[in-house]
Amino acid sequence: MQEFLQQLVNGITWGSIYALIALGYTMVYGILRLINFAHGDVYMVGAFAAYFAARLVGAPGPVSLIGAVLVLLIAMGSCALLGVAIERGAYKPLRKSPRLTALITAIGVSLLLENLGIIVFGPDPKFFPQIVTSRQMELVSGVVVGRHQIIVLAVSVLLMLLLQLIVLKTKIGKAMRAVSFNKQAASLMGISTDNVITFTFAIGSALAAAAGVLVALSNPKIDPLMGIMPGIKAFVAAVLGGIGNIPGAMLGGLIMGIAEVMVVGYVSSTYRDAIAFALLIVILLVKPTGLLGTGMAEKV
Amino acid sequence: MFLKRGEIMKRILFPVCLFVAILTICSFLSCAKKTEEIRIGEFGSLTGTTATFGISTKNGIDLAVEEINAAGGVQGKLLKVIVEDDQGRPEEAATAVRKLVEQDRVMAVLGEVASSRSLAGAPICQNAGVPMITPSSTNPKVTQVGDFIFRVCFIDPFQGMVAAIFASDSLGAKKAAILRDIKNDYSVGLAEFFATTLVSRGGKIVADESYSEGDIDFKAQLTAIRAKSPDVIFVPGYYTEVGLIARQARELGITVPLLGGDGWVSDRLIEIGGSALNGCYFTNHYWDGDPDPAVQSFVSTYKKRLGGNPDALAALAYDAAKLLVASIEKLASEDPGAFKTLVGVPDAKTGKLRKEALAKLRDILAATRDFPAVTGSINIDENRNAVKPAIFLTIENGKYKYVGKVLP
Repeated sequence: MQEFLQQLVNGITWGSIYALIALGYTMVYGILRLINFAHGDVYMVGAFAAYFAARLVGAPGPVSLIGAVLVLLIAMGSCALLGVAIERGAYKPLRKSPRLTALITAIGVSLLLENLGIIVFGPDPKFFPQIVTSRQMELVSGVVVGRHQIIVLAVSVLLMLLLQLIVLKTKIGKAMRAVSFNKQAASLMGISTDNVITFTFAIGSALAAAAGVLVALSNPKIDPLMGIMPGIKAFVAAVLGGIGNIPGAMLGGLIMGIAEVMVVGYVSSTYRDAIAFALLIVILLVKPTGLLGTGMAEKV
Repeated sequence: MFLKRGEIMKRILFPVCLFVAILTICSFLSCAKKTEEIRIGEFGSLTGTTATFGISTKNGIDLAVEEINAAGGVQGKLLKVIVEDDQGRPEEAATAVRKLVEQDRVMAVLGEVASSRSLAGAPICQNAGVPMITPSSTNPKVTQVGDFIFRVCFIDPFQGMVAAIFASDSLGAKKAAILRDIKNDYSVGLAEFFATTLVSRGGKIVADESYSEGDIDFKAQLTAIRAKSPDVIFVPGYYTEVGLIARQARELGITVPLLGGDGWVSDRLIEIGGSALNGCYFTNHYWDGDPDPAVQSFVSTYKKRLGGNPDALAALAYDAAKLLVASIEKLASEDPGAFKTLVGVPDAKTGKLRKEALAKLRDILAATRDFPAVTGSINIDENRNAVKPAIFLTIENGKYKYVGKVLP
């Protein structure tokens, strides 16, 4: 029981990371019907941005709370800009092209980011400084929760609530929902779809950057290819929860994280990556719209 | 502008002819010099992701060769090392060795660090009948390629075995857990030999978990290990993962020592693992703080010449070069004729003589007994592996500390 609870804690931590990344996939898909395969690499850039930002605020020495928050904000801000740049540079010119073209471009952008990362940051892994010292506390007897894990959970829950608030309560959020419902109709109603799309990319990329920083905090090895696997898994999480659906992405992320940790803990680490694809296949067979997805008639 | 014929001669042909003539003379001169050299080949990862390994090794070999040449070489003949970069890729390693053996016609080859690259180069040396000495490939398969392949380091079974002996005798461990890198032959091999030795000494393996190179999260495995409450955890991996594993183990409240092999050796280990590594142990080939005068004189010359502390790879490379030269010296004194055929670039006429001379050099290498090396006295056994002591190091407050030596 104690072991199971501990695994659950480990799984929830990873799950909230996957959820944060999955949100970006799901939002972009909801609005553009595009699977942005470069999203996982934005997560990588976020971790590296934080790595350099941490230097600015005094790492590897001790960093104040404000410094740590600043690192997170710098990473999120620079990735929001990156997201906008990717959208404007790679996807916007293809808005009128067939959907497959944009998909292939997304893969191209992904490879570009990875290889640029290798050139700029170097191929060998870097070690993220300990900007928040780790401390443990015991929940129940033998079930340990680290300070990093609490930060991961707290920050991701906070960001997800913030996102829900933006989407449900603000004007731009209303516009996002409108565009995702019907792009043509929304633009006829006077919504600047281009601005809404740009905003979506900025938010999604900022969330991925936050995930990158949170992962680097507790697992301090970062390298230019670190985004590939988490990116794919978050994509699966988004499909699992119902792609295009924001609460679905959160649920899917959580399920992914827990499933993965349980498989590693109780079966074998060899299946760590396999479980993601097993889940994907099962959900596509049983409920192709995802757990929380509603059937959407394909507009032809 | 048009030129007359004579002009063309004067302006273009003449300088070209002169250039060619100079080149020819130069090449003749260098040829004349070359015949006096003892040519040794070296292949290693000078670039690529494991470039630090190759560069350390090159530094060690360079240092040994410089010392020998400064002392007059072997019977007045100077050593020349021809270095080929394999970029850390096995297929490049094969090409590099082929060039060294067929084109440069070296009399022996030094390299590689990684077992996978040594395994790519070894068959080529074996077929050509050129002795090859790997400084630090620990996988048993490397010397099994053939009777011309040697090594100056201990092998994985030995390392796994001494780790188990150390765990049961010095740490008093009855229950051990293993966390191995399932994608790495080195790690899997060490784990196997650790397990069999520990069980044969009455110990028990209570958990056997795995990870893959490149993973960053080990909490699930460590939680499963924690539930079995072992006395020690054997982690025969490379330093990047080991540092993270140590950290996450401590975060889960695991306080028992971690134990590992020479894959831990890197300056980066402590940078990654920090205080989580305190009280952990690992085996190594040598320790730069060893009070042994041979070690200290090597460390000080290395520092003077290259700056910085030599790591185990540099020390092993230095030993490999020294052992090779000692064997060449022996050949020169025992059989001057054979030595002469090997010096310089051999021509086709001496083909058979050269093969015999190389075989003699091989026999001398195989007969190595009690060779005084920096990394401990080397005996070459019947499988052409070095039988030599392993050193145990521990980590205390971010510093390595010597624990003891385990004799084979």
